[in-house]
Amino acid sequence: MSQEILLEDMQCVYQKPATLTDDYMHYCPGCGHAVAHKILMEVVQEMGIQEDIVGVAPVGCSVFAYNYMNIDMQEAAHGRASAAATGIKRVLPEKYVFAYQGDGDLAAIGTAETIHTINRGENILIVFINNGIYGMTGGQMAPTSLLGQKTSTSPYGRDVEHNGYPLKITDLIAHLPGAYYVTRQAVHTPNTVRKFKKAIKNAFEFQKLKKGTCFIEVVSNCPSGWKMTPKETLAYIEEKMLPEYPLGDLKVPTQNNN
Amino acid sequence: MIKGTVLINSENCKGCELCIVACPQESLSLSQKINLRGYRYVELSQDNCTGCTNCAIVCPDSAITVYRQSKQNYKKAV
Ligand SMILES: Cc1ncc(C[n+]2csc(CCOP(=O)(O)OP(=O)(O)O)c2C)c(N)n1
Ligand code: SF4
Ligand code: SF4
Repeated sequence: MSQEILLEDMQCVYQKPATLTDDYMHYCPGCGHAVAHKILMEVVQEMGIQEDIVGVAPVGCSVFAYNYMNIDMQEAAHGRASAAATGIKRVLPEKYVFAYQGDGDLAAIGTAETIHTINRGENILIVFINNGIYGMTGGQMAPTSLLGQKTSTSPYGRDVEHNGYPLKITDLIAHLPGAYYVTRQAVHTPNTVRKFKKAIKNAFEFQKLKKGTCFIEVVSNCPSGWKMTPKETLAYIEEKMLPEYPLGDLKVPTQNNN
Repeated sequence: MIKGTVLINSENCKGCELCIVACPQESLSLSQKINLRGYRYVELSQDNCTGCTNCAIVCPDSAITVYRQSKQNYKKAV
């Protein structure tokens, strides 16, 4: 039986969201950035807020996010996405505003902006893609690289003496009073993707209620920088990344904290 | 069992195989053919898809569209 005949009595249950452009993504095969883009845009479509949202793209592999997300977007200088998002949100308080940043962007060059944005409790969402490496520039060590992780600037593996410990910036910022909702998610399996999607929805609902900064870390991958096949990165995430960066909520709104 | 099927945009597929890992039915496999960008792409190789959407959810390149038999038609069939 041909597929066309089969399709006649079937209904479409999943397709590419209309809020993504038709552009072919430049990301390497299996890159978590692409999944994160898609899920963000699925939420935008489902909430019907395509006209009411502004995103800020970082410097890093996701520098071209504005080519793929079919919404209003602004590019920021390296590490400054949350500062740019602050300005946008203050001028356009009725828009949903988010900053999308990698770990080199957010947790190295942009550490100051990140901490102060959240400390001010800016009413934005920060999506933080933690792939433990600088993908765009050729796989250099990031603050979030794991101990022992081989990168182009730690060819014998990251060691504490020279490089310090992996920076758990999400744990750090969760303590700031301006942070309202802080969670760590992933996008490497169907179930983690579904949970990530729920987390984005939560964050936008909180933003509507003007609750403060929402922060979603995504434990992601970089097959090219890690020098692995996309399939191999799945095991690396489970066995190496998740013990260091366990998934779950770090700060959820409670009775005393709303 | 509910019947489903997938349509794969072979030109957008980068052959990362994440969908193959995500599929509980082992319905998908990598084709021997390559697309215009030089990637081996994924194909539906078994007629046992249930339309669970797992493959499409993890596909970075939104290359998979999933269809499922509607409940009405499902009842008619059994
Ligand atoms: C001011 C400035 N310093 C350094 C760079 C070089 N640079 C470009 S991207 C990048 C790091 C990107 O890493 P990350 O944020 O982890 O994103 P990924 O590429 O891994 O997604 C650096 C250091 C730059 N573009 N601008
Ligand atoms: S270098 Fe890494 S982070 Fe950048 S697109 Fe490729 S896999 Fe993704
Ligand atoms: S997940 Fe998408 S891009 Fe990767 S092999 Fe499957 S269809 Fe192709």
